[in-house]
Amino acid sequence: MMREALCRPSEGEALEPTGTPVAMHVSDGIINLPVSAAFGALAVAWIALALVKARRDLDDRLAPMAGLVAAFIFAVQMLNFPVLPGVSGHLLGGALAVILVGPWVGALCVATVLLVQALLFADGGLSALGLNVTNMAVITTLVAYGVVALALRVLPKNRLGVVVASFVAATVSVVVASQGFVGEYALGGEVDKALGPISATMAGVHLLIGIGEGLITATTVATVAAVRPDLVYALRRYRAPQLLITPATVPTGSNA
Amino acid sequence: MTHTGVDEAPSRNAAPGGGRRVRLAVFLGLGLLLALLLAGVVSSAASSQPDGLDATAREGCTFNSDDEITGGDCLAKSARDHDLADSPLADYGIRGVDNSFLSTGLSGVAGVLLVAAIGGGLFWVLRRRGPAGD
Repeated sequence: MMREALCRPSEGEALEPTGTPVAMHVSDGIINLPVSAAFGALAVAWIALALVKARRDLDDRLAPMAGLVAAFIFAVQMLNFPVLPGVSGHLLGGALAVILVGPWVGALCVATVLLVQALLFADGGLSALGLNVTNMAVITTLVAYGVVALALRVLPKNRLGVVVASFVAATVSVVVASQGFVGEYALGGEVDKALGPISATMAGVHLLIGIGEGLITATTVATVAAVRPDLVYALRRYRAPQLLITPATVPTGSNA
Repeated sequence: MTHTGVDEAPSRNAAPGGGRRVRLAVFLGLGLLLALLLAGVVSSAASSQPDGLDATAREGCTFNSDDEITGGDCLAKSARDHDLADSPLADYGIRGVDNSFLSTGLSGVAGVLLVAAIGGGLFWVLRRRGPAGD
């Protein structure tokens, strides 16, 4: 189901068949150590909070689903798609995770992927891990959660509404995450360059990447919602009455 | 996976189209298979051009054919090699496997299984015990 996004016509630029995947992770040395360490502390604190908060959402059904979501995000992060001549991008996955497994579990899914990538795949610097967790696990999930909540005030609270909201949330979350890097660079960039052009370039490129991520996210959410709507966190949380087939199906679970 | 009475109530068991919904174990198995195919096979068709962040970081510098900076001023100038650049799975390959399709694909399969095991294990340990809630 990734095919549309991957094989989108791209101004005739051929996909390189033997490419080594590259990922949109900050390397060591771009942001100075004190700022990297500060974001490391922020990331650790956020993950600790998420570990506590996630327990409320994690049950026998969501736990294995969240493991699958993390593995799926790892896989799709390997699939760089072209966005401009000479420039590619890949899914970050925060929005997808929020919509399928909720904000706290979702942040843990992306953080798990980033940890494995940094420790085993030499992708994303070790000193930059806090920067990458902040941008790709914290900012994306926070923004996506907010966008979905806002979008579903306007959109119908059904499958179509959640699919449309997932496209918007994914696109916006990627652009905001790119500005997270710009903020980190403003605080501790090692090379002195003007901020404005960097911010504009990052935002422009990541708008295109975000549209790709939006298509992948919406396709994935639509597929899960068609097969097992109960496994879509956003559908459960914002479920509209028409999704309930009879009044007798009002949840009677322990926390209902 | 365990199901509860609430979870398996017939009306919620029905897919919107009227058919029965796919069992959780089947769904998870198919999802994992898809992830393995994407990371193991499709990954070799991924673009190897610099990504959005890299492209921005390289702006202002000139590069030679070995991708080394030859001049100019850009964010990438201060970037260092990864501390674990020699790890067996570094840069999404398997050290010692020369065939790039196999190397990329096998590293992707290893990554998917590792993330599924670490993530799944963490979430399983963290979960609330007892019947699945809503």
